[in-house]
Amino acid sequence: MTKPESEWTWKELPVGNVILEPGNASQYRTGDWKSFKPILNKELCIHCGLCYIFCPDMAYNLDAEGYFISDLYYCKGCGICSKECPTRAITMVVEEE
Amino acid sequence: MAKRVGMEVSIAAAEAVKQANVDVISAYPITPQTHIVEHLSEIVANGEMDAEFFCVESEHSAMSVCIGSEATGARSFTCTSAQGLALMAEMTYIASGLRLPILMIVANRTLSAPLSIWNDHSDAMMIRDCGWVQYFVENGQEVYDHVFISYRLGEDRNVLFPVIINMDGFVLSHVIEPIELIEQEKIDQFLPPYQPLYQLHPDKPITMGAFALPAIFAETKKAQEVALRSSMPKILEVWKAFGDMTGRYYQPVETYKAEDAETLLVTMGSIGETASVAIDKMREEGRSVGLVKIRLWRPFPFDELKRATLHAKQLVVIDRAISVGACGPVASEVKAALYGDDQRPSVYNFVAGISGRDVTPSDFTKMVDKAEIEIEEGRKDGYEIYGVRE
Repeated sequence: MTKPESEWTWKELPVGNVILEPGNASQYRTGDWKSFKPILNKELCIHCGLCYIFCPDMAYNLDAEGYFISDLYYCKGCGICSKECPTRAITMVVEEE
Repeated sequence: MAKRVGMEVSIAAAEAVKQANVDVISAYPITPQTHIVEHLSEIVANGEMDAEFFCVESEHSAMSVCIGSEATGARSFTCTSAQGLALMAEMTYIASGLRLPILMIVANRTLSAPLSIWNDHSDAMMIRDCGWVQYFVENGQEVYDHVFISYRLGEDRNVLFPVIINMDGFVLSHVIEPIELIEQEKIDQFLPPYQPLYQLHPDKPITMGAFALPAIFAETKKAQEVALRSSMPKILEVWKAFGDMTGRYYQPVETYKAEDAETLLVTMGSIGETASVAIDKMREEGRSVGLVKIRLWRPFPFDELKRATLHAKQLVVIDRAISVGACGPVASEVKAALYGDDQRPSVYNFVAGISGRDVTPSDFTKMVDKAEIEIEEGRKDGYEIYGVRE
């Protein structure tokens, strides 16, 4: 597990700032970019999966009950899922820390 | 005994690239560099060299190809001049940031406008801060020698930096000089095959050229800065090893009749040879003058320059480029090197020989005359473009 970049000293950096561990972009928390987060109303959801298909960050995952849920670690809050949802089951609400 | 043959300096440079077993050559033709790649393309096409020759559509692509090939572990070479270097500038910073030991020869030429193909150092100064090791050589033999020196240095695990050999366009690139060619066995011994520290390879995927947020960018630059500065011992070591092999020893700063001189000329590049003729003449007239030549431009040899100049009363620094709105770039560096010492010589700065205008021995004498008088009269940090018609 790579440590956060704010903890690296200049002496520890690999020559040329090469990234030696493949696939570590998945550790990058793009979720903290967002100012709105998607909220799903399960009563309106028809399980069509359009949110999952359209999400540009592949942040949606299918849960055990058959609902597609946005992983807020990656969700940037773009709102495309909310726009595309045919039953308007997803609303974007202001994220408050 | 090594062979000594008369050949055009550009051809000698190309022969050196061949002897250095370069794997990838990528370049775009531009005067006065063209003869080097022209000859290399013939060598590769004739099957005399096992290398890939990439004909690209621009200098930006030439450097991009070198970055890509070097990243896979292939020894790579390019060369350019002036506007070509300007188009390539973006990629030069990337090559050094990725620590890829590419070699580039720059046949120095004036940057437009006005359009000019002749020689000065404005192109080299444009990318002064690009983070490469940068040499300024004085004659054809130095060009030939530094091809081997540069690869051995750049590829050293303690260095890993790209290297620029600056050679004056036309006055070096197009003249025929006696060049002492080194036997191939000796070169193979001096320059072993390149063993990259990291390389792009499907068996072990890594990422080169990732982005950096503000939280880590300063750390990356400090690492690069410290690494380039601390490559100085290696630079000296490689020159020493080369000298032991050939008898030709090089130094970051070289002096000529400078030890006891009150006035020192400071030059960089091929005009150093002309300046030494002027020094001989002035010495015959009993004047206390000497010459200091800067061969290593980056990392800048602050200590060596101080050792060579601090005893003098005044320095006459000749720049072959203008930092418009400031002064000559070499003079800036020289002044910065001396500023920490209370007992420091005055620095008088001439910009001379821009866009290929000849600088003769008598011009050097005139510049020394003028500087000595001006400093005597209290104008201790003069700056002017020499020889301009009023």
